[in-house]
Amino acid sequence: MNPIKTPTAQADVIVVGGGIMGAASAFFLRQRGRSVILLERGLVGQQASGVNFGNVRRQGRFLPQLPLANRSRAIWGRLNELLGEDAEFLPTGHIRICYRDEQVGVLEQYAKDARTYGLDLEMIGRNALRERFPFIGPEALAGSYSPTDGHANPRLAAPAFGRAAARNGAQVFENTEIAVVEKTGEDFLVSATDGRQFRAPALLIAAGAWGTHLSSQFGEPVPQSVHGPQMGVTEPLPYRIQPVLGVSTTVTEEVVYLRQIPRGNVIFGGGNRGPAYPDLRRSYVLPTNTMNQLPQLKRLVPALANVNIIRVWSGIEAYLPDDRPVMGPSSRVPGLYYAFGFCGHGFQLGPGVGDVMAELIDAGATSTPLDPFSIARFLQG
Amino acid sequence: MAGSRVIVVGAGPAGVRAAEILAEAGLAPIVINEGSRDGGQIYRRQPDNFSRPPSKLYGTEAAKATALHAAFDGLRRRVDYRPDTLAWNVTPGVLHTVHHGQTQDIPFDALIVCSGATDRLMPVKGWNLSGTYSLGAAQIALKAQAVSIGRRVAFLGTGPLLYLVASQYQAAGAEVAGVFDTSPFALRVKALPKLLARPAVLAKGLALVAKLKRAGIPVETGVTPVEIAGTPDAGVSGLVLRDRAGRVREIACDAVALGYHLRPETQLADLARCDFAFDAESRQWLPTIDADGRSSVPGVYLAGDGARILGADGAEAAGALAALAALRDLGHDVADGRIDALRRDCARMDRFRRGLVEAFPWPAANAAALPDETVVCRCEAITAGELRRVARAMGATEANRAKAFSRVGMGRCQGRYCGQAGAEIIAAAIDTPVESVGRLRGQAPVKPFSLSATPLADQKGTEQGTPA
Amino acid sequence: MHRDPDGSDRVGPDAGPPRHPRFVRLDETGRTPVRFTIDGRAATALEGDTLLVALLSNGAALRRSEFGDGVRAGFCLMGACQDCWVWTSDGGRLRACSTSVADGLSIATEQPEASWPVLA
Ligand SMILES: Cc1cc2nc3c(=O)[nH]c(=O)nc-3n(C[C@H](O)[C@H](O)[C@H](O)COP(=O)(O)OP(=O)(O)OC[C@H]3O[C@@H](n4cnc5c(N)ncnc54)[C@H](O)[C@@H]3O)c2cc1C
Ligand SMILES: Cc1cc2nc3c(=O)[nH]c(=O)nc-3n(C[C@H](O)[C@H](O)[C@H](O)COP(=O)(O)OP(=O)(O)OC[C@H]3O[C@@H](n4cnc5c(N)ncnc54)[C@H](O)[C@@H]3O)c2cc1C
Ligand code: FES
Repeated sequence: MNPIKTPTAQADVIVVGGGIMGAASAFFLRQRGRSVILLERGLVGQQASGVNFGNVRRQGRFLPQLPLANRSRAIWGRLNELLGEDAEFLPTGHIRICYRDEQVGVLEQYAKDARTYGLDLEMIGRNALRERFPFIGPEALAGSYSPTDGHANPRLAAPAFGRAAARNGAQVFENTEIAVVEKTGEDFLVSATDGRQFRAPALLIAAGAWGTHLSSQFGEPVPQSVHGPQMGVTEPLPYRIQPVLGVSTTVTEEVVYLRQIPRGNVIFGGGNRGPAYPDLRRSYVLPTNTMNQLPQLKRLVPALANVNIIRVWSGIEAYLPDDRPVMGPSSRVPGLYYAFGFCGHGFQLGPGVGDVMAELIDAGATSTPLDPFSIARFLQG
Repeated sequence: MAGSRVIVVGAGPAGVRAAEILAEAGLAPIVINEGSRDGGQIYRRQPDNFSRPPSKLYGTEAAKATALHAAFDGLRRRVDYRPDTLAWNVTPGVLHTVHHGQTQDIPFDALIVCSGATDRLMPVKGWNLSGTYSLGAAQIALKAQAVSIGRRVAFLGTGPLLYLVASQYQAAGAEVAGVFDTSPFALRVKALPKLLARPAVLAKGLALVAKLKRAGIPVETGVTPVEIAGTPDAGVSGLVLRDRAGRVREIACDAVALGYHLRPETQLADLARCDFAFDAESRQWLPTIDADGRSSVPGVYLAGDGARILGADGAEAAGALAALAALRDLGHDVADGRIDALRRDCARMDRFRRGLVEAFPWPAANAAALPDETVVCRCEAITAGELRRVARAMGATEANRAKAFSRVGMGRCQGRYCGQAGAEIIAAAIDTPVESVGRLRGQAPVKPFSLSATPLADQKGTEQGTPA
Repeated sequence: MHRDPDGSDRVGPDAGPPRHPRFVRLDETGRTPVRFTIDGRAATALEGDTLLVALLSNGAALRRSEFGDGVRAGFCLMGACQDCWVWTSDGGRLRACSTSVADGLSIATEQPEASWPVLA
């Protein structure tokens, strides 16, 4: 039935999905001398990777994820020299504050535990917090300060990986939507909706919120839900807030985070998520969510009281029930790898994920523990 | 159907005529208007304590202005008029407004967006200097405030408004340094057949030019803008242009009124998820509408300058037509004859509109020629060179991609003033048709939204359709 | 052009006295005066003036561009370009072209420090 088509391209590895995961994987595979095809439905870094908040934050993560996050943080630090482009990474520090006594204990415990993973956090009491960071509101009882975390420009990071990969010899195909992934003999055959085909002995699915559509074709669907975190940005203001700020709380409505960029704008997000429609590639900001963010933003930084918001946006992100990504080898098909479903915190991990996946695919193993992220955890029976 | 909830956004000619039709049918529409007074752009009202008579304010259009104001005054008891209220967002079936810092969500069955237009701008080196204003701004200064934007004002751009505002300045006693039109005169002759769709309007236009010339004001066509000269701290000191004969000259002035006809305000249509299509004649993306103003989204209607730049008479007709369409869709009886007559009016106006576009074309080629150091995005002070760099070196061949990389269109104005020129610069830089560059997607809020805003207490109590 | 000798129209709290007005009144000059302040200096406008007209009848600019390309004096006058936002001395934000001037208004052409924290 299907007319036999000659594959248009062939390589050691095919990566489906040009978000930060796929683009960074392609880049690091080239660093290891592997030939790579990177396939992206739209443009590289246009989905979650291009519209996220830009937090390069380790603290607060699931502890067993810290080795990966640490590895990623190290790469962020030398991204410019690696890529030859500036993704505006600024290690300005990151503070999580809390409003409740019981939450102080939670932050303290986390700081203690994180130390064993090599992440040093400084607990700062109420008065010291106000002295060192006078913009933080009076309700903050304590803060956990991570001096080496920071933020970067999501609009630039993934595309920079994509371009650097291409400069180093990766074959990058944008506007290429993959419909079918299958294994035929030793090779994976990957077919685009327009009929073009690609072939390689190894396949990495890094298709973000769409990853499960492709993993399903190998009998490995995941129980994900899809949402859109709610973002916004203010007009430019004098540059005063260097660290990224976030609220640690068990009350969803209280969660806000914000960062100021040196040009002056304050970018923020948090609270209830909005609707996202992966099939339409659309996500929306609900006006009520923006309205709910306003008092929380002013609670965190009272000086924002009269500032203007000039734009809001959202993006499409997949969440797994345990809030951990799907990462590592397939549990069924040799040569098949996954890195998707990053549950709202994949931007920081991106460079590390690329490095780890390249290592895993190239060397057959990685020094960074991935067991908690295996797709096997969702296999029935 | 009697209890249908209909919202009209805008109280210009289109919005007023739409509200009038709805009120006539026994509905009590909510009319949302960002300004405090009705009248819209052309029939903008001056503050109460001003005393210039309508003839002085509106010239030949005084009778129409007074009629529209009277019509709205007469409607006030039958519509729920909400001035000083911005429609900042729209989600399916709900309009989101803010009024003096209080937000409200208003559900609707039909939404008629009559949001008007803003000036269409082509950057020129130095247009970010203080003392450069949009042409519309120059007119508003005079009409609503009785001031001139400078001591000596040069008018640069193209379109009928250029001549109109210059002559209004001259008549009001301002010093006009000249009218400098980028369109060559020959195109006006070529467009004559279409312009003859509205002979009276054409005659008024010709009279204006004659009047300017009689007053000794230089009127030049076919010019190429070179630079608005001046310094960052002092602002504008002159206008440098290449005249038809190819000479580069500097015209001394401390203010420049700059405008290349108009572009519709389409943010609400965009947020309402209406389809857009590229209009090759005017080289801009316009929301798709049928002959009566129905958008691609059921229940959302677009009329007036916000949909097509038909001028004030056209806006009145289109507003009425959209309201009739909404009524019909809501199940009211509407006579065919009424709709047919308005459709004929609109079709004639549209023919004239296309004539204007032909006679006063958007100077797309100027975008290609802008020096790299020209600021394109005034909000963020991003240059043409930067936009070209992201298009060429970073592969940003689409408008939103270029915005993501360069910040052109990311500022406070949300790309209103740089979006169209930005697309032309990208298209020229990579040698592709401008339509393939696309358009900047609208994002809420329609205008900046203060963190001090709070939801109106008892949102639920919003009573629909209660006369004010 | 009529320029001040030093050609400057500085704005901001450290700026000198207001220089020449940018706008020229052509009519409607018989209205009641309104008194307000610009960066602490006394200024007079007329009832019915927008804040933008009030400011530019007392000086040549509204504020400084955040991105170093000079002073700004508004652009569209119709609430579309957002070029004309100024501060009140207690940190409020006003869009000058769509706000009426009022007696006693205290306008700052630069963000008042009190409303935006200085980082130690
Ligand atoms: C609004 C928002 C805010 C966030 N804030 C942060 C933050 O501050 N810090 C943080 O660490 N994380 C944050 N995240 C999460 C982070 O952005 C994501 O986890 C991360 O970008 C995921 O990268 P990805 O490459 O897996 O997915 P994506 O960036 O979505 O990339 C997947 C790509 O695969 C392509 N694709 C899908 N299907 C196919 C197909 N069939 N064929 C071809 N291509 C296909 C898509 O087009 C897409 O480009 C945020 C997410 C969102 C949405
Ligand atoms: C600056 C300017 C000057 C003009 N001068 C002339 C002229 O002298 N002669 C001429 O023939 N034509 C002129 N035109 C063209 C003129 O706009 C039209 O002829 C006519 O005014 C169009 O009517 P309208 O009802 O479509 O829009 P408008 O008259 O522009 O009315 C739109 C109304 O919608 C309101 N609005 C828009 N968006 C929102 C929102 N999100 N929330 C709440 N309210 C909103 C606005 O406040 C405004 O009141 C001018 C246009 C502009 C932009
Ligand atoms: S001058 Fe454009 S918004 Fe005020």
